[in-house]
Amino acid sequence: MKQMILAVWSYRFFIVSSIKTEFRSRFSRSKFGGLWMVLHPLALVLIYALILSQIMTAKLPGVASQYAYPIYILSGMVGWTLFSDILGRSLTVFIDNANLLKKMSFPKLALPLITIGSSFVNFMLLFVMMFVVFGFLGHLPYHALHWLPLLVFLTIGLAIGIGLFFGVLNVFIRDIGQVMTIILQFWFWLTPVVYMSSIIPKEHHALLMLNPMTGIVMGYQNVLLYDKAPDLNILIYPSLFTLLFLVLSLVIFKKANEEMADVL
Amino acid sequence: MSSVLEVKNISKSFKDYSSEFKRILSWFGFNFKPAEEHQILRHINFSIAPGEAVGIVGQNGAGKSTLLKIITGTLKPSEGSVQIDGRISAILELGMGFNPDLTGRQNTYHSAGLMGYTVAQIDAIIDELEAFAEIGEYFDQPVRTYSSGMQLRVAFGVVTAYRPEILIVDEALSVGDAYFQHKSLNRIREFQEQGTTLLLVSHDRGAIQAICDRAILLEKGAVIKDGNPEEVMDFYNALIAEKENSKIEQVATEDGRVETTSGTGEAVVADIGLFNHKNERIEYISVGEEVKLKVIVDVKDTIPQLVVGFMIKDRLGQSIFGTNTHHYDKIIESVSAGDKLEISFEFYMNLGVGSYSVAVALHADDTHIGANYEWKDNALVFNVINTSKNEFVGSSWIDQKIEVKYVK
Repeated sequence: MKQMILAVWSYRFFIVSSIKTEFRSRFSRSKFGGLWMVLHPLALVLIYALILSQIMTAKLPGVASQYAYPIYILSGMVGWTLFSDILGRSLTVFIDNANLLKKMSFPKLALPLITIGSSFVNFMLLFVMMFVVFGFLGHLPYHALHWLPLLVFLTIGLAIGIGLFFGVLNVFIRDIGQVMTIILQFWFWLTPVVYMSSIIPKEHHALLMLNPMTGIVMGYQNVLLYDKAPDLNILIYPSLFTLLFLVLSLVIFKKANEEMADVL
Repeated sequence: MSSVLEVKNISKSFKDYSSEFKRILSWFGFNFKPAEEHQILRHINFSIAPGEAVGIVGQNGAGKSTLLKIITGTLKPSEGSVQIDGRISAILELGMGFNPDLTGRQNTYHSAGLMGYTVAQIDAIIDELEAFAEIGEYFDQPVRTYSSGMQLRVAFGVVTAYRPEILIVDEALSVGDAYFQHKSLNRIREFQEQGTTLLLVSHDRGAIQAICDRAILLEKGAVIKDGNPEEVMDFYNALIAEKENSKIEQVATEDGRVETTSGTGEAVVADIGLFNHKNERIEYISVGEEVKLKVIVDVKDTIPQLVVGFMIKDRLGQSIFGTNTHHYDKIIESVSAGDKLEISFEFYMNLGVGSYSVAVALHADDTHIGANYEWKDNALVFNVINTSKNEFVGSSWIDQKIEVKYVK
């Protein structure tokens, strides 16, 4: 384990340069270049903010702003996007880099870290754009922002734990990637991002909370919409879930490590 | 003896399970038998000392790539272990991990990172690398605009940026132009002098014999020959021609040569010798002397067509001259068991001073890849000495008329 971490640490330059390379090559042949990095998330945020603010004008209880609903969706969305981005990409991270894994000897764990890194950059850009738009809507939630790193940390941990676990299995059983993509779509609608948890009947609330993303997304909504600290009680279960999957994924990774290049 | 690379009893098999679930469960101690096991490598053992240059040869599918991948660490052996003392650099596939949209410089940083170098380490050699690659301003252009030779230059520069303890070179090098091939070969030799061990994978007999001081022959996943490159390459050559009922034999002669014989045996070489114009058997020949190479063939079985060929090789085993009766339209047809033939090749020994060996081959077509009755390497050794010509160097004698004129 210690050896694995040391190996990855010695590859930190490669990880950083891979993240840079990814962005560079994505925009290198376009005129606007790096500007696209900002324009994409901005467009996404604007669509939600402008369109939803016109269609859904219903006020949310406890929020003064008439833009409450778009802000609600955006708050949950920014967290969910980070989650699904990392999870979706780590499912195929080994398959996509098959050529590299077969030809070069380097710590394989660098690959999921690159995924995390570039997803995190995307997240930060989306977040900043969102905050800018929030400003225009007259909503500047800064009282609980210091809780955000914890939420981001949990989101990344959960996404990479699940993603790595199934990503390793996906090398051997390719159907897993397909199934997980579908599950991810259902998962989105099982998480209170678009709707409020209050529309779910009380007796099914416990079911909703079984979804580890529920607590995390509610945390984002607390910080970004309600401008208050996340409810730590509902973060305990997601934290344990994250820990479990991180351990599971490392176990399965260690077991699969030797045979992975054989079947790629 | 200390060794820089120690391969201990390596075996590798790829397992196929009837269901991948069984594979996954087998990691956790469940005892599932694989439906099929392809054994790629069997009990490979060798150790290589610092500074040695070792050629790895074998037919396609013999397991060379798998062995290299295990040595570099991308594949894990099913059994056995590899011990490496120091850094290992592999030129397996050049431009691995190069991104076409990045410049040569950016790719250099990126792919050196992939090899585990830090930014500071690359900073230290980037200028030298740029100079080595000699691709001018292209170094700051996207790699997609490069020719494959230019990519090779940058890639080779990256792989050899720092001297590794072990350098693995696949056939990749043949892509470059002659100038760069020399340049890269020089760098490899420099490394070797400083103690780098070289592993060269090639089908090119010339390259193996010129660079390596040892060769390892892989066949069907096992080491079947490990030794002096010439001897191993002779064996390999015989192996390519190996057909059913064919056998390969290597015997050491009194004078320390290793004579490799292979073939199906329908016709065999009973005797071979060089004769001068007085019809005396000779071993020392003067430059330019007229000689006759006589091959006596014993026919053991009726065969439709017989081609007799020979090849003269220098002491490094490099081919100097070879031809056969087919190329000179001397077709020998339908010989029957019990026949004895004498084939003589008459020529002037226009070779440079040195020791040479002769290989003979008896086969059915113009190459020995079809039916190979007998192939004998090192069947004869002779020496060329200069007794009558002007002083000269090199492997061939080219008669000169030299004229000197004052043009001004």
